[in-house]
Order: sequence, then structure tokens, then C-alpha cells
Amino acid sequence: MAANRSGSIPAHEPAAADLERLSGYAHVVVSWVDDDGYPTSVATAFEADAQRGTVTLTAPAAMPIPTDRELSVMGSHIHPQPGIGYDQRRYLQLWGRTADGVTFSPTRAWGWDENEVPFFEYSERSVPQSRRYLAALSKEKGRTIRPRLSLFWLALRTTRLPFLTATAVPVLLGIAVAASDGAFTWWTALLTLIGGSLAHLAINVTNDVFDTLSGADDANTTPTMYSGGSRVVVYDLVTIRGLAWLALALFGGAAAIGLALVAITGSMTLLWIGVAGIAVGIAYTAPPLKLVYRGLGEIAVAIGFGPIMLLGAYVVQTGRLAWEPFVLSLVPGILIALILFVNEIPDRRSDADAGKRTLPVRFAPDIVRTGYLVAAILAFGVIAGGAAVGLLPWPTLVALVALPIALRVHSGLKVHYDSPYTLMAVMGTNVSLNLVVGGLLLAAYVVTIVAMQLTG
Amino acid sequence: MGWLPEPVERLLDVALVGELTVVGRNGRPITHPLIPLYDGERIYLHSSTLFSKKLEHIKRDAHVALALTDPIAMKGNPDRATVQGTARVIEEDPHSDWERLILDLWRKKEPAINDFLKARVALPLFFERAVIEITPERCLFWAGGDTDRAPVETRASREVAA
Repeated sequence: MAANRSGSIPAHEPAAADLERLSGYAHVVVSWVDDDGYPTSVATAFEADAQRGTVTLTAPAAMPIPTDRELSVMGSHIHPQPGIGYDQRRYLQLWGRTADGVTFSPTRAWGWDENEVPFFEYSERSVPQSRRYLAALSKEKGRTIRPRLSLFWLALRTTRLPFLTATAVPVLLGIAVAASDGAFTWWTALLTLIGGSLAHLAINVTNDVFDTLSGADDANTTPTMYSGGSRVVVYDLVTIRGLAWLALALFGGAAAIGLALVAITGSMTLLWIGVAGIAVGIAYTAPPLKLVYRGLGEIAVAIGFGPIMLLGAYVVQTGRLAWEPFVLSLVPGILIALILFVNEIPDRRSDADAGKRTLPVRFAPDIVRTGYLVAAILAFGVIAGGAAVGLLPWPTLVALVALPIALRVHSGLKVHYDSPYTLMAVMGTNVSLNLVVGGLLLAAYVVTIVAMQLTG
Repeated sequence: MGWLPEPVERLLDVALVGELTVVGRNGRPITHPLIPLYDGERIYLHSSTLFSKKLEHIKRDAHVALALTDPIAMKGNPDRATVQGTARVIEEDPHSDWERLILDLWRKKEPAINDFLKARVALPLFFERAVIEITPERCLFWAGGDTDRAPVETRASREVAA
């Protein structure tokens, strides 16, 4: 049975499949509204006849099932998991009448089976009902009643703060390369990290503004902790105007720090890198370019979180460009683009509906999976090649030990491509790939710097 | 305190699911599986704003019935009961009313809820909830769940029902 936005199994005319489904329940609860206006219910045994489209009820003693009004017949199932909760939740409700108090002829059916529509998806499909209810309640009470989160959780959710690790990796690597070149000032390094983080958060929020306006977030009923945006506007936790102001404030903060660093370093190169970073960040989702809507999001992210972040951090410390940080920047650039690439997989249907033609929307699963593997191997190839030609210090080769993580993600994509919720673990592994590779590269540079210090 | 027969109170104390039937817009009975909580006098159910159609129905017609029918959801207790009553929706503040009114009862019956509460940020609308408070007025009880026999009927005194 198909699902719709307002529920799991939408109300429909019962078919043989509904009666076959009902047969799977141990008993049914028959309900009707008494003459005194109260509903009443009684459990009873039953037999469903899918061919005839009827349910034969076992008449309960001393409670004749009325023949002059509509009945509800419900099968309900739950499997308790002591200490954990429960699973296997499902129910099926049929409405109809009986002419003889025994033979029930359903005319309408409705229900939910969490094996078919997972609870989280069911909840997301029901968001419009929540909004309608709270709007009506606000009107009834004469005051605005909206969903809330504590400021801490709201800030975390709105900005998608945990994704800042994607900024930390290239910025710290840029600082490390500069330090290996003998240039390091702790407070400009700290300012770079803060500025880069603000720019990243601003891009996250801007992305949500435009995905909300385009309808992409609203159409997405299978968001996960890695995909589907912050959803703070969809849930009415924040207004679109509030989100836009937050994006401006974050961009303003990032620009202010960037300009301060330009003034401190006197580097016009840094100015152009900063301008390019903000331009790419805005063009990522904002019209007219809307890069991510055109399947160019990965390239924008690779440039933004690769050369721009890493070279920017390097230039802050050294005041110049160099090949080593550029080559190294390709690694986090590719791996962070791959985070976006994989995180777009569960969103591909709603993205397509909203005209967001990401790569997983454009290409078949096999091509997407192969594309992931090729790009991941390319990232490791940059490390190996960079070390081989002497552009990167040889300890960076240690990062190659993370290759099996990429292979694990590739295998996971094969198994979980069509299941947003089981794909979450794969998305998590993919995020950790960037962290592990970034951490190992950082460790390699620390070793290099220490070795240089020791050898004078 | 409450007047419900002791075997029915036992069912309410353990039930992971009961079937709440409300009266729909056109007089049609609509049944929802929900976890019932019981404080010894009134029955409490709760509903996320996500699944709030039942609340709209109750606000229009307060007559409800709660059936306790599934032995698996009653920790193996085969008894069955239906409690009819009048419901009131408590929704002044869907963000926190339910925490104040029923969270302790909920935790007692379903300790796993503590883990869900820690993840409130992940599903914020699920935890915007209204409380359905049922004042029991009539009870039908089937010992051993045998509906081939007439139920034992008990009614609240007029004072309680009023």
C-alpha cells in the first residue's frame, strides 16, 4: 500500500490485501458509538474472507453488535522489548457495517505498519498535522503556541554544529603545514578556526533558507541526522526570517574576522581567498547559480573545504601560496565532498521533487557507488603521489591505513542505498573517514615538525 | 480515589497499549492504539501534536472508550476490559504540561522513555504533547478475556461521573 504525507497507510477503500493483512492479527477490537453517545469496544475472534471482502465476527455475549450504525474493526499489534521499549508496531482499522451482527463489510481502511513506514518517516509525514493543530490551538488560546527547544539544542540543530569537524580538518591542516614551514602564530590560528567555523555555519544556515524556500526540506520525509537539513523551519522552531538573519549575522562575523586577518597579515591573497570562499558558499544554494541544484554541489564543497579553507589557513600564517598546502587540500576537499555526496543519497527523491538535481538524483545507484570509490581512491592517491614526489612529508603516508574505512562505506552503499535509516550508519562511517584521515595527516605533520625541531 | 475494579486497575498498571476510541466528526468511532497511564483515579493518555487528530475529535466530543485487550501488551494478563468515560484535553503548553503531569507515570511503565527524552533534539515535535485525561464512568470487565461470557459491568457513583 502506498503512503501519503498525512499518515502511513492513507484511508482507502479496502482491498483483498487489507483483509489478508487483518488475518495476521490475533483478535480484533470492534467499536461503535452507543445510543448514549459513548463509544464502546469489545475484543473478539474473527475470520477475514479476502475473496468476499468480509470479516466474520464472533458475536460477544450480552453485547449485540449493532446493525444500524457504523462500526470500527481494528487489529493492533505490539512486541514489547523489556527495558528497551517495543517494536513491530502495526495496526489496521476498517470501517463499515454489519447487517446481521456477525458479517462485517468494510468500506474504508486505514493503518500503519512500522515495517513498511518506519516511525521516523511516519512522524515526518505527520508534520503538517502538527502545524495545523498548533495553529488552531494558538487561535483558540489567543496566543502563539509553537514547538520549542532549549537555546543550546536549538542553536546546535539550527546551525548543524557537529558538522564543524569538516572545517576543523582543513583549517588545522593548513596551520600545520604552515607550522612545518616555520610559520605559526597561535592567536591568528585561533581566529582562522573561528572565522572558518562561522563561515561554515553561515553556509549551513543559508542552505536551509534556500532549501526551505524551494520546498526541498518540506518534501523530505526521510531526513536523518546526517541529511535533510536542520528542519527548524519545517518544524516551526525558527521562522524563515529568523534563519535568514542568523545566516547574515554568521556571514558578517566570518567576514569581520576575515577582514581583520587581512589587515593583520596585509595579504591581498587572503582577501581574495575569503571573497572566493563566501561567494562559493552563497552560490552553493542561493540563486541564480544554485550550484547544488545543478549537480555542482560536490565541486563547490571540494573547493570550499579544500583549497579555500586549507590554503586560507596557510596564507594567514605565511602570507603566501605554496604547492604543498594546495596538494594536501585536495584530500579533505574530496573527502568532505564525499560526505555531501553520500548524504544526498537518502534525500534524492525529495530533492528531485524540488528540482534539486544532485548527483545521486542524476545518476543510477551503481554509478554513484562507483563514483564514490573512484573519488575516495583519488583522495588516497593524492596522499601517496604527493609523498612519492616529495610534495608531502613521508609520514603523511600513514593516512593510507584509513583506506579500509572508505571500502566499508562503499560496501555499505551497496547494501543500504535504498534505506535512509539503515544508511545512517554508513553516513556516520563516511564522516569518520574524513576525521580519521584528517587526524592522521595532522599527526603526520606534528611528527614532521617535531622531527625538524630535533634535527635542527 | 478510584472506583475501577481491582483487576481492571491491574491491567491499567501494566498495559503497554490500549485502544482508545473517540467519536469522529461524522459520529464514526475512530480507534487509536495508545499507552495508558493510571494514577489510581483517572486514566491518562498522551498524544504528540504530530498525531493530534484524536485531540480534535475529543475536543468536539468528549465521550471516549478505552479497551484493554491484548495479553501480549498486558504482560501476559489475559483479562480484558473496556472503560468508558469523559475525556479532557490538557494542552495549555504542549511543550511541558505532559512532563509535569504524566512523565513520572510514563517512566514507571516505560523506562526506555528516558533514552528518548535525551534525544529530544532529534525529534522535537514528538515531544510536543497534549495529555488526555479520562474520568472513568462505566467499566466492562471480562475475566480471562472471555468475551463469550457477559462482561461484569461497574459504574461510577454519580459524584464521580459528574
